[in-house]
Amino acid sequence: MKLSKILKNGFLIIVACLALSACATSKKTTGQMQGDVYTGTDTVEYLASGVPDRVFFATNESVLTTASRETLRKQAAWLRKNSKITIVLEGHADERGTREYNLALGERRANATKDYLMTYGISSDRISVLSYGKERPVDSGSNPLAWSKNRRSVTVKAN
Amino acid sequence: MKNILITLIIILIPVKSFGLIEVDITRGNLNPLPVAVSPLSIDEKSRQNFENILKKKNIGSEISLIVENNLRISGLFNPLNKDAFLQEPDIANLKPRFEDWNLIKAQALITGKVTYVEDKLRVEFRLWDVLAGKEMMALAFTTVPNNWRRVGHIITDKVYERLTGEKGYFDTRIIYVAEEGPKTQRVKKLAIMDQDGANNKFLTLGNELVLTPRFNPTSQMVTYLSYFRNLPRVYLLDIETGTQEVVGDFPGMTFAPRFSPDGKKIIMSFAKDGNSEIYTMDLENRIVEKITNHPSIDTSPSYSPDGKFISFNSDRSGYQQIYVMKSDGSNVKRISFGKGIYGTPVWSPRGDLIAFTKLHKGKFYIGVMRTDGSGERLLTENFYQEAPSWSPNGRVLIFYRETKTDSKGKGFSAKLWSIDLTGYNERQVPTPTDGSDPSWSSLLSN
Repeated sequence: MKLSKILKNGFLIIVACLALSACATSKKTTGQMQGDVYTGTDTVEYLASGVPDRVFFATNESVLTTASRETLRKQAAWLRKNSKITIVLEGHADERGTREYNLALGERRANATKDYLMTYGISSDRISVLSYGKERPVDSGSNPLAWSKNRRSVTVKAN
Repeated sequence: MKNILITLIIILIPVKSFGLIEVDITRGNLNPLPVAVSPLSIDEKSRQNFENILKKKNIGSEISLIVENNLRISGLFNPLNKDAFLQEPDIANLKPRFEDWNLIKAQALITGKVTYVEDKLRVEFRLWDVLAGKEMMALAFTTVPNNWRRVGHIITDKVYERLTGEKGYFDTRIIYVAEEGPKTQRVKKLAIMDQDGANNKFLTLGNELVLTPRFNPTSQMVTYLSYFRNLPRVYLLDIETGTQEVVGDFPGMTFAPRFSPDGKKIIMSFAKDGNSEIYTMDLENRIVEKITNHPSIDTSPSYSPDGKFISFNSDRSGYQQIYVMKSDGSNVKRISFGKGIYGTPVWSPRGDLIAFTKLHKGKFYIGVMRTDGSGERLLTENFYQEAPSWSPNGRVLIFYRETKTDSKGKGFSAKLWSIDLTGYNERQVPTPTDGSDPSWSSLLSN
């Protein structure tokens, strides 16, 4: 179990490095961020082996990055295999916005992931959406890296 | 709660208003008016009766302390140290020796008397112009003894109104969200307190997340957002009876609620499929109306005091900006055009200004602009602050401020603050726990 997690993390880091080097000319990269989208895996949990639970967003954005779409395709494949499972998509924002706008933004982010999962054959009956706005950060820091970890949509098993 | 109503019984002497002291509240007041608040005099029998009922040794002094504290936090008055007072309270209330009060540089003097009359608290007070040597106002009223703090607030409101020419805001309450616990897992409860921080009470237990409570301007009803059963919905709470209900039957998150100025409607956002629109619900006939229709985020609606317009927050231009429309949703106009992004517009009770939160170059500001967007004025800058709410007289804003955490993510706090419309007199509002999302009530007595 531990070994598989290490291997998996290692694999993701390699993927991240490839992505970074590919974009290095166009976007500023700082360690675990590309642009201001978080690319690290330390906050990620796994719905199942190889199925990460969350995707990250740029400031004020709800557009899915290439990495996010890859994560969601893995989630969709897993959900197709486990057709009894229903999910809640929890949308979040960072602390650098007004509370009410962030509630709306979290909802928009969660819906962006919902739409993508639906295009991969997951019925909307199995998906509910819940925005937390900025109310449930994973990282309590007040810096760009912490904020990037908090701008996320997390797929949570509902049953 | 009916007994909270205080009846103004006698206006002792009508007074003409010309030629006496005045306080100009339209400018930042750098020279607060020196005022002497003489302890309200009390006879020994009344004192003992109130000590038995209220467990306060001298209720006359206690009430005058409330007046003094209110005057101080208004920033417009400088209550003088009582040690320097030469005249006894009972005699001062009959006939002040103006030379004595002049000597300690008092320009205004407040005196009064408390008596125990048939289980009730009877208060009379007088406001004197020391330089002119004249009485400016005299009032008396009777109430149940438990209302003694409110007596102090009502006296302050009357004094403030007499000296500034505008209604006061001291006999009011603040509803807010009390916060505790680590930043990643805050426990939040609805709480209510007097404007000066006294009588704090928690209205929910903290079992579910609650946000953005707002007072009905015409009653003791509150609307707020609750995550009860993980379904974020706008609720209505009667703070006198404690009864709660969900507002409307929406198949998704409703949030950002506020009352219409007549208290008969709730205006709020409803989010569905990644799009937030503004809706109203009539509380009498339950009719729901959709007000905005745009694929962007439309939220933080706030009515003008005449109910004819709505200001709101939208990112239809790409970023959060402030818009104004007619209350039926027509004539949408963007009004914020400065640098940065703008949120939480709130219409002043006077109708002439909109308060807002602004984010520019990593700093948050509370500011005001005219309702056409002109005359933008930023009152205060900080790492994070938002959600202004107006005092009922439109002279003070209350909002909340959060601190930046250190490199280890520690040191987070959220506090309530207030600032005058002039940009002066910024001060923290005391709360027993951390606090956010404050909303100011109307005057409880009118």
